[in-house]
Amino acid sequence: MTLYQYLALATLVFCIGLFGVLTRRNAVAVLIAIELMFNSVNLLLVAFTRYISPDGLVGQLFAVFIIVIAAAETTVGMAIVLLVYRGFRGIQVDRIGFLKW
Amino acid sequence: MTGESLAFYGLAFMLVGASILAVSVRNVFHAAMYLILALFAVAGYFVLLNAEFLAAVQVLIYVGAVAVLVIFAVMLTTRLTDARVRAHNEQVGAGLVVAVAMFLAIVMAMWSTSWPISDAAPAVDNVRTLGRMLMTRFVLPFEIASVLLLAAMIGAIVIAAKETGPPQSEEST
Repeated sequence: MTLYQYLALATLVFCIGLFGVLTRRNAVAVLIAIELMFNSVNLLLVAFTRYISPDGLVGQLFAVFIIVIAAAETTVGMAIVLLVYRGFRGIQVDRIGFLKW
Repeated sequence: MTGESLAFYGLAFMLVGASILAVSVRNVFHAAMYLILALFAVAGYFVLLNAEFLAAVQVLIYVGAVAVLVIFAVMLTTRLTDARVRAHNEQVGAGLVVAVAMFLAIVMAMWSTSWPISDAAPAVDNVRTLGRMLMTRFVLPFEIASVLLLAAMIGAIVIAAKETGPPQSEEST
């Protein structure tokens, strides 16, 4: 296994997540796609740690912080989704435009 | 084919397949299930990359907490099997073009960079080293992360809680 295979794999998963964020209508599905993107970045950080500085582990520590921040983001995101659902009886993101001009 | 490459390609199949299904299936609950599969595949990669602590954290936090939160939100909100509700907006083609262009751009940038690949042996005591770093050099980010989690928790409660305080009486202003 070389670093390049991990780079290609993580980039592929990141772009799949990007496609989901751009095209999904359901807000929960958008959050699922965002989780995929977070995970691909974590995979990339750990792969860099393994192949570039295997004795440093700083990349793994950053992955820990990313996991923490992703958990916080998901918590607040789900709370916002619930609030929007209560107000609109739906969470289709292309129907929710009340913050647009 | 060595065991490592066998594990790599097996997990790659699992991760990419689950990711594609997670962003494409109509039923959001099924998408959450495929997300869990993808998260497990990433945990497998962490084991493969000598990051045992992160593999455990991945399973505990992502599969145990985040995925359950996602399923919780799915249960509380959506009409799951309503065939009239479209799963994707009308920009699937544009999104596909953007994603593929992004993939090619990043891969080309990564391939044209020369990475300083090191041949050093990976750290043997993964958990101990990470714990030492968290308590010494990275203690400030560690504390900030705990404050962030507390703020997110309180924020989620405040945002999502129904207003069920004592009924507002007419004369109190």
